[in-house]
Amino acid sequence: MSRILTRRRFLIGATMAASALGLSGCDALVESDRTKSVLKIAEGFSMKTQRFLLGDNALAREFTEADLSPVFRANGTSMPDNPQYLDWMNRQFSTWKLEIGGLVDKPMQLSLAELKVLPARTQITRHDCVEGWSAIGKWTGVPLGALLKTVGLKPEARYIVFHCADEYEKSLDGSGWYYESIDLVDAFHPQTILAHTMNGRDLEVAHGAPLRLRVERQLGYKQAKYLTRIEAVADLGRLYGGNGGFWEDRGYEWYAGI
Amino acid sequence: MATIDAGVATGRPVIYRHSLLVRLSHWINVFCMTVLLFSGLQIFNAHPSLYWGQYGADNDPSFISMEAVQDGDRAEGLTHVGSLTFNTTGFLGLSEVDGEATERGFPDWLTIPSYQDLASGRRWHFFFAWLFVINGFIYLAYGLFSRHFRRDLLPARGELMPAHIGHEIVNHARLRFPKGPEARHYNTLQKLTYVAVIFLLLPLMILTGLTMSPGFNAVAPWLLDVFGGRQSARTIHFLTAFSLTAFVVVHVAMVILSGVFNNLRSMITGYYAIDQGDTKGDKQ
Repeated sequence: MSRILTRRRFLIGATMAASALGLSGCDALVESDRTKSVLKIAEGFSMKTQRFLLGDNALAREFTEADLSPVFRANGTSMPDNPQYLDWMNRQFSTWKLEIGGLVDKPMQLSLAELKVLPARTQITRHDCVEGWSAIGKWTGVPLGALLKTVGLKPEARYIVFHCADEYEKSLDGSGWYYESIDLVDAFHPQTILAHTMNGRDLEVAHGAPLRLRVERQLGYKQAKYLTRIEAVADLGRLYGGNGGFWEDRGYEWYAGI
Repeated sequence: MATIDAGVATGRPVIYRHSLLVRLSHWINVFCMTVLLFSGLQIFNAHPSLYWGQYGADNDPSFISMEAVQDGDRAEGLTHVGSLTFNTTGFLGLSEVDGEATERGFPDWLTIPSYQDLASGRRWHFFFAWLFVINGFIYLAYGLFSRHFRRDLLPARGELMPAHIGHEIVNHARLRFPKGPEARHYNTLQKLTYVAVIFLLLPLMILTGLTMSPGFNAVAPWLLDVFGGRQSARTIHFLTAFSLTAFVVVHVAMVILSGVFNNLRSMITGYYAIDQGDTKGDKQ
């Protein structure tokens, strides 16, 4: 019996030592650029597999009024401290305008009133934060695809970029402004809308007033709030950190379908 | 009891027990499951609360949660399970990071990376999830075509009789392991456990993981109905990970108790020595 215990103790000790070594070594491994580039392979795999299985138009689950979250948690910025934004807010967004430009044939500007009279889609969907929580809300807004057809995309346009009014991380070089991007598959998806109404009321400031993006088959950080400008581009490399979004520039996946 | 043995030198019969593919997939699995567990706990720490149903966030009732609370001048780590609350200071809810008490679900020695970094935790988790799934499919295909499942894992006629299983449970509890011809194949408890892990727990991990993906929800909305919602799936994912961890603990204990050298050698080289033992009274 003593022989077993000695052996067991030795093994437990050895395992613990190995895992301690492994774990402290792990942080160094986690931070290595080569590791990061290898791990990134998984994102491409996930995106290609999901796109293959999804087709372009499979819909996200839509729920009923009975499923709405009693309290929809606001995340990220809940009150932009940008003076321009405060001015818009104090005027009930009557002076706010959405710019649509970049690689389009007819750039345009739309006021909130003009957006609200356009044909809209209403959907009750689940919002999934990358942290793990979910909330169900009812969104009404203009299908992005319809707007893009109106302005006409140039053939070289590949991505739609969303510029926002909140500087989430203060920095001297302006790299902390929130922005997001999606490709044309998601841009023309029927559930991709620019929402101005949530749970039957004007979008609240904490949820991105006056206009936020809904891309229902991806995680919460793709649902950019406080939209000011939509830009069609050929590639994402020249914008901010070059990864296509605020959180993407900070290590998160650009394809947030999982 | 077979503890340390000299293997072939003792003149015991040696059988070829594990094929190369089984051995390879076993060790790839060990590696994947280790990374998946520790990176999974990193992801869990980003929001250390579990819910039941379609949605769940701060204002909704949670099923299991961890938090740090300030009690006078000292902080405590609390873990809530249903209506019960446990003080888990130092381990869950509150633990030391570089000598400083920090609010954290699981402690830094259980997460990849050790510090809080959800983005890296996700990168590790999904990369090894892919490796795990590919490894699993290769193993399943091999198990079917090579008849590994039918030959080695499917309980034989009579093995599922309550009397037989009862007998095996008693022998296991007394740490009496099969010898002679009985040791040539898995015993019934082993077969049932491996079948449960391979065909129930591991697929459950993959399916509940996929149910948390908003993209995959659009591919297979029925998964949401099977598991009762994304937040239920997240809870089941966590509980199944916990069950798998418990399995690994028992599995490793059994490997050690039933002859660690012989067992490890068989999972590395494939060869397993049969202890002829003195069979009187040990079995039957």
